[in-house]
Amino acid sequence: MVTAQSELAIEAQGVARRFGARWVLRGVSIELGPGEIVGLLGANGSGKTTLLRIFGTLLKPTAGTARIYGHDVARETDAVRSELGFLAHTPGLYDDLTARENLRFGAMMLGLPAGNNLDAALERVGLGHVINERVRGFSAGMQRRLAMARLLLRHARVLLLDEPYSNLDTAGIKLMNEIIAEAGAAGGAALVVLHELAPAAGVLDRTITIVNGRVAESKPAPIPRVRLVPGERAAATAGATR
Amino acid sequence: MAFRDDVRRIRAIAWKDLTTERRSKAGFNSVAALAITILVLFGFALGPDAQALRDAAAGALWLSALFAGVLAFNRSYQVELDGGALDQLLQYPGPRWVIYVGKLIANSLFVGLMLVIVVAVGIALFQVRIPKAWPSLIGVFALGAVGLVVLGTFYAAMASRSRAREVLLPLLLFPMLVPVLLAAISATKALLVGDIMHESGAWIKLLGAYDLIFLVATLWAFEYVIEV
Repeated sequence: MVTAQSELAIEAQGVARRFGARWVLRGVSIELGPGEIVGLLGANGSGKTTLLRIFGTLLKPTAGTARIYGHDVARETDAVRSELGFLAHTPGLYDDLTARENLRFGAMMLGLPAGNNLDAALERVGLGHVINERVRGFSAGMQRRLAMARLLLRHARVLLLDEPYSNLDTAGIKLMNEIIAEAGAAGGAALVVLHELAPAAGVLDRTITIVNGRVAESKPAPIPRVRLVPGERAAATAGATR
Repeated sequence: MAFRDDVRRIRAIAWKDLTTERRSKAGFNSVAALAITILVLFGFALGPDAQALRDAAAGALWLSALFAGVLAFNRSYQVELDGGALDQLLQYPGPRWVIYVGKLIANSLFVGLMLVIVVAVGIALFQVRIPKAWPSLIGVFALGAVGLVVLGTFYAAMASRSRAREVLLPLLLFPMLVPVLLAAISATKALLVGDIMHESGAWIKLLGAYDLIFLVATLWAFEYVIEV
């Protein structure tokens, strides 16, 4: 949990967002400390993704303030983006580029050195056998794994994950949980939008439930988080098939 | 260091756009086919009179390039919208103008190649005599293409945020392109008839000035149209 002395990793104070006449968020206030992993629950249309997009600098709040490691998401976008690893509901890939080219593009945009462990990241997510194949032929699960590989490149201090388990098989879910757990063990915070808790069992510190754009409940996760020792990497078993 | 990173990002975006375009092929083929079709239709509308065809050649060439260009500009952002790539693109750190410049470079090459085809077909179809001042003519096409691409890339970004982007782009773009088109058509027309009145220089200067103003303005404003 957050201590009074610690700098908050993710913070929202009275965040509200309106689309036209409809208020999707109505004053959300949440705090996540470094190393904390929180599941964001709620029914469809409750405002989970909107909140995540505000933290991800993809939307500006209509009212209130949101901060990532003290940086205002509306005004200090570049500083916020440098901290973030964002996995949207859609994979955000280019169909006519190969798996490696998609990662290479991501690495170049992130300012990472050329050839920076691209193949290792692809191997880790189980796409080592399709490195030079175009994404157009990938299944939805393989595209999700490629998006995970892109996430691995960033070494972000904050992960924002929107329904990260969608389209993933059992091995993919396990791998996703390993990535989240490793980020947490390294002191990173993660906010994970979920529809159901089961895939994230043993990963979360607590859950926050949003109802009609407001925080309705914040409580410890039903299955306590299994903590990794910092630097420890869980055994990855991943074999993606089309 | 930051500037080197920005240059690297510009290269990455231009490379990505050109690679996806080269591999999909459908984009360039359809744009080139549309441009040629419009030229042929202009030819039919003007009839067999060789002098009438030559007189109308400059306007027909630029309007064909404009209509086909709209398709190209829409496509350059469609690639980002498919599968949510735009959200990911906006997630990367760095200034937003980097995205614009990367797309400008890719669109310039794309539209430049299309213009080569349009001009080659146009010369044959409209029985245009190549003037002695053909280097100046190439300069006019280059400056006109820059104006077209600068505004097209900018307004396509603005329209990409709308569901009615295919309709919205021409509505936004065409009025803004009037000065560029007027200068480009007038300079082309003057050069094609031998620049007897020595008027092409003034039009070329005007075209260059428009390009510069629009480039500076769109570089500054791009952040506001691409961020929500």
